[in-house]
Amino acid sequence: MRTLLRDTGTVFVRAMRMSLRNPAWLVIMMMQPILYILLFGPLLQPLAGQLGTGNAYQIFVPGILVQLGIFGSLFVGFGLIAEYRAGVIESQRVTPASRTALLLGRVLRDVVVLLVQGVLLVLVSLPLGLRAPLLGVVLTLVVIALLGAAFASTSYALALTLKSEDAFAPLLNAFVLPVLLLSGILLPMTLAPGWLQTISDINPLKHVVEGTREFFVGGYDTSVAWWGAALTVVLAVLGWAFGVRRFRRESS
Amino acid sequence: MLTTVIHARGLARTFRKKKQEIHAVVGVDLDVEAGEIVGFLGPNGAGKTTTLRMLTTLLEPTAGTATVAGRDLIADPVGVRRRIGYVSQSGSTYPDARAGEEVVDHARLYGMTTAEATERGKRLFRELDLDGLWERQPKTMSGGQRRRLDIAVGLVHVPELVFLDEPTTGLDPQARANLWTHIRALREERGTTVFLTTHYLDEADALCDRILVIDHGAIVASGTPDELKSQVGGDVLTVTVERSEQVGEVARLMGQLRGAEAPQVLDDRVVGRVPHGGAALVELVRGLDRADITISGIESRRPSLDDVFLGLTGRSLRDPESSAPAGSLEEVTVR
Repeated sequence: MRTLLRDTGTVFVRAMRMSLRNPAWLVIMMMQPILYILLFGPLLQPLAGQLGTGNAYQIFVPGILVQLGIFGSLFVGFGLIAEYRAGVIESQRVTPASRTALLLGRVLRDVVVLLVQGVLLVLVSLPLGLRAPLLGVVLTLVVIALLGAAFASTSYALALTLKSEDAFAPLLNAFVLPVLLLSGILLPMTLAPGWLQTISDINPLKHVVEGTREFFVGGYDTSVAWWGAALTVVLAVLGWAFGVRRFRRESS
Repeated sequence: MLTTVIHARGLARTFRKKKQEIHAVVGVDLDVEAGEIVGFLGPNGAGKTTTLRMLTTLLEPTAGTATVAGRDLIADPVGVRRRIGYVSQSGSTYPDARAGEEVVDHARLYGMTTAEATERGKRLFRELDLDGLWERQPKTMSGGQRRRLDIAVGLVHVPELVFLDEPTTGLDPQARANLWTHIRALREERGTTVFLTTHYLDEADALCDRILVIDHGAIVASGTPDELKSQVGGDVLTVTVERSEQVGEVARLMGQLRGAEAPQVLDDRVVGRVPHGGAALVELVRGLDRADITISGIESRRPSLDDVFLGLTGRSLRDPESSAPAGSLEEVTVR
């Protein structure tokens, strides 16, 4: 257990150091959430009445947070493929370090980055008119941290399986667009016609998004809120299991 | 008394690809004693890398047993990992990282403290002529420097046994000779056992106490370079023809020489073995003259490791990725 924590720390610090040393990455990471809020948020404000709320940011910000959690994390596998190609993964695998730590250290880095982005996004939205209870915001950040861990693990597992950007990129693209459109991230699915709502109902991420929107309006006692949270936990467990399995298995 | 550092029996690995079974390694038996420098040779696809990956715990064997550095490979892979170093062909450092940090991070995964790792890493940098490169990014280092950095990473935890996978591939002759010195020093100065694979027979000849040859997934020969060479016997005759369609005729003439063993054809070269090279040379030149064959070269020499290799595997190791497809080589080989 102590070695697991120690090895996780080593891998985390190494991953974080690499990320922070890349200025282009830092700027993009900070700019992305801000651009969404500044350039897309105002489009929603006139629709607020139609959405049944006076404050469009209460609907929009949780959606963007979930989007960050899913799509930002899904792309972390590209970094792993670069590391794999440089021989780093293999050289770490011949050390006695726990295989779990090799994954956990990297996922923790991704979650920390995600939380920094998330907090930044909320702060930028405040002057634009976001009003939401602090507890709701904190609960939402916990949900997206779990979601980010789930998708980062999945991304690493897939990257380690495919080992090639050329195979990884189309797979992600095939997954991202339908999930984005069927999750009500940008606009709530309540605006959709019946058939589209039915399809989106089977997408667990739609329920995660709706759950966080409940948190943002202080609906802590609603089943919608906790269904979303529960589904997130399930996704985190599944994603984590997939990642650990892949890291434990030999990479032949 | 010698201690056995690697002891493998019947080590095998089968891959399953689309319902087809590929027997990459069918059964490797090998022993390596403490303090030896052993060269592991084989043509591409012979099972070299698969064997190495099994011995370093990166790949689980589908059959067989092995003890590596005193630990059972199957029952205690973590124990094996703790005691071995592995320098892979693909490198071990991230191009954008700093050289020193890569060494220290790697050492920390073996349980060393940052202070211990830094001290040990800096000493290795001095020993491996990497002075002043601690803060450098691997991507800005030369090929030879990067290889030595990989070796520093592989040695930072003071392993008793180190695996080097084609350590000098892609290096210029000077950098190769330099690396050989460092590899010899591993054994001379700290008694480290070295198990290395290589494509270069001169490297195996110059560096290794003992050579293991693997082909078709099994060990086909083992011995010191001299032992292996004396197995070949006699002298090696090589004739290079100007017009390659005449190789068949040359091979026939060479086969008629007294005591000659069946010559082999490699592109425009015919290689054969005879008991007495000098006498055979004269006889062969006369024959070639009578047959009106123009040659661009002829020589008689003592056998080299390449001849050993050719005799054992029917393939030349000299240019593993030669332009001639493997299939065509088989076709023209005169048995």
